[in-house]
Amino acid sequence: MPAIEMLQTEEMKKRYLRTEGLNSLWCPGCGIGTISGAIVRAVENLGLSQDEVVIVTGIGCSGLIYNYLNFDGFHGTHGRALAAATGIKIANPKLKVIIPMGDGDCAAIGGNHFIQAARRNIDLTAIVINNQTYGMTGGQYSPLSPHDSKHTTATLGHIEEPFDLCRLAAGAGASYVARSTAFHVHQMVDLFSNAIAHPGFSVVEVMSQCHVHYGKRNYSEVASEMLFWYKDHALNVNRASKMSEEEIGDRFITGELVNRIRPEWTAEYEKIIAKAQARSAEEKARQDVLHREKEFDKQSQPEHQGDEG
Amino acid sequence: MSSNLKLMSGNEAVAEGAIAAGVRFFAGYPISPSTEIAEVMSRRLPEVGGKFIQMEDEIASIAAVIGASLTGVKAMDATSGPGFSLKAENLGLAVMLETPLVLVNVQRVGPSTGIATLPAQGDVMMARWGTHGDHSIIALAPWSVEEAYYLTVKAVNLSEQFRTPVLLMSDAIIGYMKERVILPDPATLELVERPRPRFAAGEGEYLPYGADSTLVPPMAAYGEGYHWYANSSYHDQHGFEATANNREAEYLLWRLHAKITEHRPEVMMTESYELDDAEIVLFAYGSVARSALAAVRQARQQGIKLGLLRAQTLWPFADLEVKAIAQMPNVKAIMVPELNMGQMVTEVRAAAGAHVPVISLPHYDGTMIKPASILASIDRFYRGELTEETRQIPELAIARHYS
Ligand SMILES: Cc1ncc(C[n+]2csc(CCOP(=O)(O)OP(=O)(O)O)c2C)c(N)n1
Repeated sequence: MPAIEMLQTEEMKKRYLRTEGLNSLWCPGCGIGTISGAIVRAVENLGLSQDEVVIVTGIGCSGLIYNYLNFDGFHGTHGRALAAATGIKIANPKLKVIIPMGDGDCAAIGGNHFIQAARRNIDLTAIVINNQTYGMTGGQYSPLSPHDSKHTTATLGHIEEPFDLCRLAAGAGASYVARSTAFHVHQMVDLFSNAIAHPGFSVVEVMSQCHVHYGKRNYSEVASEMLFWYKDHALNVNRASKMSEEEIGDRFITGELVNRIRPEWTAEYEKIIAKAQARSAEEKARQDVLHREKEFDKQSQPEHQGDEG
Repeated sequence: MSSNLKLMSGNEAVAEGAIAAGVRFFAGYPISPSTEIAEVMSRRLPEVGGKFIQMEDEIASIAAVIGASLTGVKAMDATSGPGFSLKAENLGLAVMLETPLVLVNVQRVGPSTGIATLPAQGDVMMARWGTHGDHSIIALAPWSVEEAYYLTVKAVNLSEQFRTPVLLMSDAIIGYMKERVILPDPATLELVERPRPRFAAGEGEYLPYGADSTLVPPMAAYGEGYHWYANSSYHDQHGFEATANNREAEYLLWRLHAKITEHRPEVMMTESYELDDAEIVLFAYGSVARSALAAVRQARQQGIKLGLLRAQTLWPFADLEVKAIAQMPNVKAIMVPELNMGQMVTEVRAAAGAHVPVISLPHYDGTMIKPASILASIDRFYRGELTEETRQIPELAIARHYS
């Protein structure tokens, strides 16, 4: 992949990274840095202008991405990134709006915005950084935490089952859905590129290590060991499609899961504008005729009105 | 007769005022008594090339309005009590990001669901303090359909001038009431645009939160190439996290307030009626000020020296105006009729100091205050039956608990 070599040049760093912001707020080994790099590579791959990309984030460790990338950026409230992104996209449909979110940000507090954006099929790119826990607040369970996983709020094991976020997105109407991991950088860059280019609501879920809060309670506090775990447990959709549920077991399916064309919100609204303007032009023409008729009546009225009492 | 003569409701007037002021984006969620504003906007905006979306809830709609405003578009949202509560967090976001927007609250009575279609002024303190963290705010209150139009234009202008959310505190009376209005030719309105960077993108260092002596930073739009952050965390002039820099944090909060308070004369709008020789002065705002003015007129016919100070600007509070009245030698009392249990009266009392008694005339049954009831209170005051300390207990409470 030439893009990766390209990013390692000083020129790429200078263009896409905010070095002023670079006293990293992330823990060493965190997957979010890798994912940020992949976003930049996808933008570069697509040949997008830096001026047309907006990075919209909520709150959480993943919500800090905006701080390092040299695009227009938004750091708002927990869970509401997609709602803000919706306003940005509608008000200026030329913008490419990319929304990195944590699993809590996206699927808990922002869950309704997530499914509604998918249903609307508005042209946004949601990148869901799934570390299976609440990183920023120190390791509480999220709607994507596995059954029986350990968290500061579930020290005896989590009793709930997680969402399959990709199925949720697909069911809600997202027109592009994919999954990758922080280990599979090449695949991740490709999927991000496809998602950003896709004309509709696109979702890429990325499994990403939070060895500090999730790993240490559940698998390993060593980042590289978690990455290898992702490597071993990722199953490409092409292979998975030929396997039974039992054969798939506890592996998660990666690759492009949904890619379809559905009417997109901002394009549909353009039609509403055209219809509304046609309607008001018609109305105005009708009013003009009425007005002219009234004027005509006035002129042709006899001089003495009301003679009949 | 002008063809701009119309019979319209306060809610319609808000929508028309918004369009005339240049609002081209509206996101909302239906709630009585504000829904009409969204309905009119959904019809009118696409006609003028604007955009409307009904979002999944009130939180999403204010977030979308903030997003739209950041692209350089004038944007508005409208709601009522329950929705106003939901919007609280993101109202603070708009304050922090210094995002111009107008949020209309057509107030209805009671906590929680209350009575959906009946008027109140129960959210005026929430307008001031309803989002966390010591925020700054501008809030205006119209008293007529025509003023709903003009104050919407004013609200949009102030939001642009100061890069701040502005609240338009209407109520179910103003929202539903139909009055004859003469709308101006929108081309004659003075419209304000947000301050803009003085140089093109790439031609200098743009500081999205660096303010000159106006204290209002210039605002670029997303997509123009400035590559700037709108940051809800404490930030420096660049928009970078300044969460470990207490001096920056302190300065930012000061500036968010001072950019409004240092321009008080441009924000403050009040009207006075019959104050010169007044013995009793009513302080009123919104729909209640109509009853208050009627009371003044009737009182004067009876030889009672009643005056009125009407606040069009609720926040920042008209403290200097109230103080001046409290210090007038003739004034024996200030009375504050409100459609709530007594909210702005606390501000009036603080501004009046020890000069005169400030008597609350609370009214919270979902009906309007009648001029006769204000006059009755004045009568009781002169007979020595109504003081600041008088407990005002509703009829049913007396019947059930005090007899
Ligand atoms: C309204 C609100 N509730 C709670 C919080 C506290 N909070 C900050 S980040 C966060 C969750 C972070 O988890 P996630 O979204 O999965 O992102 P991560 O930090 O793991 O990247 C919470 C609950 C907040 N900032 N705002």
